[in-house]
Amino acid sequence: MQVPAPFEYERAASVDEAVALLARHGPEARLVAGGHSLLPMMKLRLARPEMLIDINDLSDLDYIRTEGDEIAIGAMTRHAGVLDSAVLAEHYRIFAEAERVIADPIVRNRGTVGGSLCQADPSEDLSAVFSALRGTAVIRSESGSRNVEMRQFHTGPYETAVGAAEMLVEVRLPIRPNSGSAYEKVERRAGDWSIAAAGAFVQLDGEGRIADLGIGLAAVGADHFTCEEAEDALRGGTPSEEAIARAAAICAEGCQPQADQRGPVDYKRHLVGVLVARALTRSAARARGEAA
Amino acid sequence: MMRVSMRVNGAQTEAEIEPRLLLVHYLRNTLGLTGTHWGCDTSNCGACTVWLDGLPVKSCTTLAAMADGHEVRTVEDLADGDSLDPVQQGFMQEHGLQCGFCTPGMLMTARALLDRDPDPDEATIREAISGNLCRCTGYENIVRAIRWAAEHQAAQAREEAAL
Ligand SMILES: Cc1cc2nc3c(=O)[nH]c(=O)nc-3n(C[C@H](O)[C@H](O)[C@H](O)COP(=O)(O)OP(=O)(O)OC[C@H]3O[C@@H](n4cnc5c(N)ncnc54)[C@H](O)[C@@H]3O)c2cc1C
Ligand code: FES
Ligand code: FES
Repeated sequence: MQVPAPFEYERAASVDEAVALLARHGPEARLVAGGHSLLPMMKLRLARPEMLIDINDLSDLDYIRTEGDEIAIGAMTRHAGVLDSAVLAEHYRIFAEAERVIADPIVRNRGTVGGSLCQADPSEDLSAVFSALRGTAVIRSESGSRNVEMRQFHTGPYETAVGAAEMLVEVRLPIRPNSGSAYEKVERRAGDWSIAAAGAFVQLDGEGRIADLGIGLAAVGADHFTCEEAEDALRGGTPSEEAIARAAAICAEGCQPQADQRGPVDYKRHLVGVLVARALTRSAARARGEAA
Repeated sequence: MMRVSMRVNGAQTEAEIEPRLLLVHYLRNTLGLTGTHWGCDTSNCGACTVWLDGLPVKSCTTLAAMADGHEVRTVEDLADGDSLDPVQQGFMQEHGLQCGFCTPGMLMTARALLDRDPDPDEATIREAISGNLCRCTGYENIVRAIRWAAEHQAAQAREEAAL
């Protein structure tokens, strides 16, 4: 029987109360959202917080809405809410494609956007999505709120820019007209973590050239879940098959996958090349308004 | 220790528990509701699936403390006295179980699916039960059982309305 070590339990009724509790109890206190990463780690003694601060009552952080030319996603939005969101379906199809292959529907009823990003597992699919889309994290503490670019948010495996007395409350994304996005993942079986995964968005200008783009990579040791060299190679050009193939090859070379039970390094690199090319091709087609 | 109280299958329950007690053990050990099964303990198999505020969750990865003040529903609540829920009837009619270990979780997931989508196709059913593992049936009969329930529950509801 796997049971966590003993801990104290408190519930926060507001963001203010959550960050006050974090400040009062110090680094041995941890927030618990869905608990679907933290509780398994506590069962295995990979995490041993002395106090859990339950933030599941903060339903005011469960939202996906447009605000001017941005989309705001609350930290307590469940995976299932992301999958079903009409706002995201309209602007960023990458979300539904990624969510459909994150864990399984029951886990998706509990796991949250904030928990996924703060867990900072190198295989976390939403980290790759938000890195591709160059979102902005909104982080709160007792002394106020600060913004961190998503590409600066993850500071290493299982490490983020969120301090011990801080909490992630929201992620913001720019709405990009004339853009398309897509997510591609290969897993061993339904509900498993990726062997490799790639997401992208492509925004086209009036001449069909790439005005802007983003690439996200999960599970393959990519710096900040992305590959900026490949993005720079494509920006300003046309999304031709050759240009996309070149960018995909840069991603495959630039990432640092580890050999593990999900596959050897050369196989993972091969997957990165194939998946980046597919994600970019479908994103560009969607940006042109084609079915893809 | 802490005091929790939650409605389980419509009845108020209360107990003094350790914060680390998992919901699955609260249900099985504290309340004696052993219909909910406890399998992998790693949020993979779905044997422990119950509803929390109307949504299926894996109770091995939910603290009982998290359910304090909330509403839980388990497989014991599916039948209405001697009258089985259509999904339970479907599993009998289509041989949707062999050893039965996965069945309580499958039933709770299936009931939630049909409440949301009363006429799901095979692909929808397979996706919905993808967090519930079965080592016996090969899933074919489980999919048929849920289809059986979808087809018969509408007719049963009509009959009941006519009575
Ligand atoms: C069987 C299974 C399969 C899975 N498969 C996948 C998969 O294929 N792809 C994938 O990407 N993920 C997968 N996951 C992970 C899933 O997405 C988790 O739900 C998610 O990683 C954690 O979200 P949570 O809300 O449960 O976080 P929790 O477990 O509650 O928290 C995780 C960490 O984040 C911290 N935290 C939570 N919220 C905040 C906040 N607002 N501010 C600051 N810190 C916070 C916690 O203190 C903790 O350290 C899987 C999980 C399971 C159980
Ligand atoms: S016992 Fe909970 S998912 Fe297996
Ligand atoms: S009937 Fe045995 S595990 Fe499903």
